[in-house]
Amino acid sequence: MSNSIGVKHAVKKFGPVTVIPDLNVEIENGEFFTLLGPSGCGKTTLLRMIAGFNTIEGGEFSFDEKVINDIPAHKRNIGMVFQNYAIFPHLTVRQNVEYGLKIRKMDKKTMKERVDDILDVVKIKEYEDRLPENLSGGQQQRVALARAIVIHPSVLLMDEPLSNLDAKLRIEMRSAIRDVQKQVGITTVYVTHDQEEALAISDRIAVMKSGIIQQIGKPEVIYTRPYNTFVATFIGHSNLFSGKFGKDVKGTYVEFLGGYRTYMDNLSDDLREGDPVIAAIRPEEFSLEEGCLSVSVKNRTFLGRYIVYELDLPEGMVLPKQPSIEFSQDLGQSEKLYEVGDTLSLKPNGNKFNVFTLNGEMSLIKDVVKHG
Amino acid sequence: MGKKRKFDFWSMVTIVITLVFALFIIYPLFSLFVSAFKDPKLQTFSWVNFQKFLSKKYYMRALGNSFKVTTVTTLLAVLIGAPLAYITTAYKIKGKGFLDIMIIISMLSPPFIGAYSWILLAGRSGVVTTFFRESLGIDLGSIYGFGGVLLVLTLKLYPFIYMYTKGTLKKVDASLIEASESLGCSGVKKVFTIILPLITPTILAGSLIVFMNALADFGTPMLIGEGFVVMPVLIYNEFISEMGGSANFAAAIAVILVLITSVMFLLQKFIVNRKSFTMSSLRPIQAKELKGWKSFLAHFVLYGIVFVSIIPQLTVIYTSFKATSGAIFVKGFSLESYRKIFSNLRTPIVNTYKFGVIAIIIIVILSMFIAYITTRRKSKITELIDTLTMFPYIIPGSVLGITLLISFNDKPILLSGTVTIMIVAFVVRRMPYTLRSSAAILYQISPSMEEASISLGDSPLKSFFKVTAVMMLPGVLSGAILSWITIINELSASIILYTGGTRTMSVAIYTEVIRASYGTAAALASILTLTTVVSLLVFFKVSGKKEVSL
Repeated sequence: MSNSIGVKHAVKKFGPVTVIPDLNVEIENGEFFTLLGPSGCGKTTLLRMIAGFNTIEGGEFSFDEKVINDIPAHKRNIGMVFQNYAIFPHLTVRQNVEYGLKIRKMDKKTMKERVDDILDVVKIKEYEDRLPENLSGGQQQRVALARAIVIHPSVLLMDEPLSNLDAKLRIEMRSAIRDVQKQVGITTVYVTHDQEEALAISDRIAVMKSGIIQQIGKPEVIYTRPYNTFVATFIGHSNLFSGKFGKDVKGTYVEFLGGYRTYMDNLSDDLREGDPVIAAIRPEEFSLEEGCLSVSVKNRTFLGRYIVYELDLPEGMVLPKQPSIEFSQDLGQSEKLYEVGDTLSLKPNGNKFNVFTLNGEMSLIKDVVKHG
Repeated sequence: MGKKRKFDFWSMVTIVITLVFALFIIYPLFSLFVSAFKDPKLQTFSWVNFQKFLSKKYYMRALGNSFKVTTVTTLLAVLIGAPLAYITTAYKIKGKGFLDIMIIISMLSPPFIGAYSWILLAGRSGVVTTFFRESLGIDLGSIYGFGGVLLVLTLKLYPFIYMYTKGTLKKVDASLIEASESLGCSGVKKVFTIILPLITPTILAGSLIVFMNALADFGTPMLIGEGFVVMPVLIYNEFISEMGGSANFAAAIAVILVLITSVMFLLQKFIVNRKSFTMSSLRPIQAKELKGWKSFLAHFVLYGIVFVSIIPQLTVIYTSFKATSGAIFVKGFSLESYRKIFSNLRTPIVNTYKFGVIAIIIIVILSMFIAYITTRRKSKITELIDTLTMFPYIIPGSVLGITLLISFNDKPILLSGTVTIMIVAFVVRRMPYTLRSSAAILYQISPSMEEASISLGDSPLKSFFKVTAVMMLPGVLSGAILSWITIINELSASIILYTGGTRTMSVAIYTEVIRASYGTAAALASILTLTTVVSLLVFFKVSGKKEVSL
């Protein structure tokens, strides 16, 4: 009942403005696929093209190899969950869920079974006779989900469905959506700008910027082996250091300003000695060790499990225009706290951190791919 | 805050307003009821007036006529107004802004000008009638009576449905439509399963407003109805009539009318409260481009209806420039009509603006104070005041007229024939617009604004005027524009309350039409229409909006 989705050379224009220049993606049957990116990156636009609410200026969209470009939205058999839920305010919970089945002229008995079933799955059976205005945000969310799934759509499309909920409910609904999706086994395209949500919920993530997919991969790959500096800094925090590639008897290394070297055996073979590179090191990819990178503490934020130190570094050691350079100290591992003004020596973890070309557009770590 | 509030400025405002309301709303209504139950000859308590009404066919027919014309008008207004609103919301229409302004103008112009224009066009010696009869030999039939009243009232009142429905459609989020599409719904089915149910409460509420307006209208049936007598005309006739008229009997008819409007009003409240949905639209419905014959049809229908609605305004302005000889139009154009009104009818013109300005100032001040005490100083008394402010909705103009006259016709408060009674009528009748918009905006202004000012060292009173009052102004203004326009166009109360010296333009137009002096009536009506249009345009300019909030 569920489909794969294919998008080939998609183009989207709003008047003279090209929002999506040329986009390709394959979404597998039954997969939970997330489009993640900052606002204005074209993720909702792409979703609405798949849904049929946006016109397609170029390229080919297909469900299971069948091109759907010319099929209007109401015939694509999609289930859509909207950012504001779009629950019909004049219909009760049950009537909302029944709506799509009535359009499909389903017989009363089957319809009742199907609706009862789905109301149980999303856990809103007890509210079935209420009008939407008497429901909380989370309950409305569940109705929207039930209404979209009950028609057994080919694909389920969700446009920032959790952005209107408070933080706690967001996490609760996040796992509810995930559970229901796995239970029903339906191909799902999910749009969000919340990276934590994307990491938690997805089978695969496509990170988008300016209408272009920056990387597609499993959450852990996206986080640990980002394809470019945009992904490295957008997903979690990365400190960008200026570095230089080098080679000696001990192996290949990245040299930081001041001469400190980190040896790495996973660097691209294309690099030549003296090539300038960017080393992207996450706050947790440092350890305290004498004789490494010398930095001083500029600011300290106590977060309970962690302490985040904002650092001051010698000029030229890091790339300019970064919001902050951070080191996070895991309180489970260490006792000593540092004060503002203290000097630390930090050792980057060569097995963990990422290295990019100087323009930041490509990873120089072996086997890191853009479309995974 | 303690249980007992200190006696302050607002307590005083509350007391004064309570007294004013008691004097000009409660007492007059009370007098009306008392008068209705008095035997005209013996002046004792009796049912005789009501018995008279119920026993004579003539009176019952007026009641029947009223129901007939209001029901059909309401139906037609819905059938025209709602589809029009849907078309202009869902599809791209060229000159939409212009059409909206035209519709607002036709809505806010006095209905009796519509009646009068249609007489000029299609009456016994109307331009169109004459043309058809003399050139083509076709008798068009009579515009007078039921048909004429229906035509004028429908054209005047469908804009209410249009505006209300449009307002609700704006609140329908595009995602609701998309959700229905994503579930497999399309075309007409979408309109009937989603859009229509969503706008139904609005249409019902709007219908009742149309119903009340049609029921209360006096000028239209009086001018174009001829033998077709409706309730307000009956009240007027019975009250004014030189032969055998009876104030008590008129009062009884007024009471019956008020009972009907009260039921309607409560019904409307009930429907609005029970059936309306809270909708907020993040992304309103986008107007789609129509192509080919569909686009042509949409434009044709829209422009056609708007043109017909605006015909009265065009007609009066055109005829005001026609040359006249005595009361008869002759060939050619001249400014004769204007010359005449400026020499003979200057008083009504001056009166209209003078009374209007005084009334609107009182309305604005009272509205701001009442809005403040009813939203910020909630108590039993202010709740009562809040309820009393609804009364003008259920009192038709002609009823208000005789109510005030019955109450203030004698010492100790002898007001009949004075400027004061005219202004009282205007204020009572037209304050609700301003009051409602003032209260609405006050709900949106956080009390902390005023508290901030107080915390910075200003006195509460100064804080009100310097902070809250200033922030309220846009809301007050949007209601005041409606109050102002409906004041200068007021006829049904004025016609009962005026005397020679307190005649206003709308009364003068009416009397000129009755005297068949169509040229001067047209010139006066043009001035009135022009004032209405200019007021609206100034309001649009100042507020930066292109709509009025009803």
